Amino acid sequence: MSGFDGSLLDDADETVRVRFTVNGRKVACEVAPRETLVDCLRNALELTGTHAGCEMGACGACLVQLDGKAVHACLMFAVQADGATIDTIEGLTESGVIADLQAEFHRRNALQCGFCTPGMLVNAHELLSQVTRPSRKDIRDALSGNYCRCTGYEAIVDAIDAVAKARSESGGVT
Amino acid sequence: MKARAFSYFRAATIDQALDAHARAGDDARFIAGGQSLVPALSLRLQAPRLLIDITHISELRGVRREGGYLRIGALTRHCEMLSEPLIAEFAPLLHAAAPFVAHPAIRNRGTFGGSVAQADPASEFPAMTLALDAEIEIVGPSGSRRVKADDFFVDLFETALQPGELITAVFVPLFKADQRFAFDELARRRGDYALVGCGMLATCTGERIDDIRISFFSVGNTPTRVKGTEATLIGSSLGTERIAAAQAALEGDLVPPDSDEVPPAMRLHLARVLLGRMLGRLGAGG
Repeated sequence: MSGFDGSLLDDADETVRVRFTVNGRKVACEVAPRETLVDCLRNALELTGTHAGCEMGACGACLVQLDGKAVHACLMFAVQADGATIDTIEGLTESGVIADLQAEFHRRNALQCGFCTPGMLVNAHELLSQVTRPSRKDIRDALSGNYCRCTGYEAIVDAIDAVAKARSESGGVT
Repeated sequence: MKARAFSYFRAATIDQALDAHARAGDDARFIAGGQSLVPALSLRLQAPRLLIDITHISELRGVRREGGYLRIGALTRHCEMLSEPLIAEFAPLLHAAAPFVAHPAIRNRGTFGGSVAQADPASEFPAMTLALDAEIEIVGPSGSRRVKADDFFVDLFETALQPGELITAVFVPLFKADQRFAFDELARRRGDYALVGCGMLATCTGERIDDIRISFFSVGNTPTRVKGTEATLIGSSLGTERIAAAQAALEGDLVPPDSDEVPPAMRLHLARVLLGRMLGRLGAGG
């Protein structure tokens, strides 16, 4: 592993090459160090399901899975994710792992404008992978970092609660 | 909402990280979880020339017993405070505090060392290092040293860390069978910064308190130990009168900041309420 190259300091806007596995596909792109992961996903990779909302980690619209864990794509720079595995809402949708959550959100009108929905789904997916039967309080706690300005949250909690019940009644098989 | 341009260097070792910092003329920031630093950069509250990523330095990882201490590597993530069995067994106060730290996705990235270094007076973990009598291990250009938590927090976001230094680990005395702990906070909504929060660790003989350390957060410029209040509790059991005396003593230890949103009298009141509840629980077994 090489040490620090002082010439790096001379041109802060020079792009660097980063490689990730995004939604199962290996990709490489050129990014400026200051480019956040959410901007890289949306602009360079055209994965616009990940939404840039507050850009300061408060609203949760930009949640993606990084190495299997939900993280804010606005709270890291793309260069930090070099070598990581990233799953966005597009990948989770294609793989079918959140199909039941999506259907229940749809059925219960757990969205209106839909801006928060990708982040809600990434978060709900992580919660249900950790806790089989969360209480409504657990669900509300888990969603405390996801803002929804349309629904008042009740239908979102209902949807997640219903999926948790359905999954546990079907023996945890999704 | 975009950071000023900076260069990025991913360090593989502590020496590489320290060398890079020095060669950037100290106009550099170390980044670990980045959950406070990235927003600060995006808002341009900070604009260093160089960002040094320390998350790939293996020496900063891991939780293990070392002598009478639990050595918690600086890169230990908040979510690991919940999942790591050694934390639950030997530093249960940190395990109890972890669910109150921000939101799940922040806990997946944020690091313990980063939180302590940031020294946000409203954060849970810096205050808990005080209650635990922890020691912070620091490395820098002039070598390595250990600083007691009591001496670490200097002023608002200001610590004993000097430019170019970073935290390598936090050493927490192992939790013992004759100890009890409590953690709680009052917030308007779960996940928000607390209006007032507190952690405590007591060493007891039967019901008698031999020693107790009580630390508050969100009450001033730094996490704050309430030594006068602690003194009222030592040598006795936690009856109603003793708890009331401790609540009354709090006024001498806390000077809450002026704030329109939470006036000092309100914050002091909330601190008393919280202290009363927690001592009640501690008396009932922690």
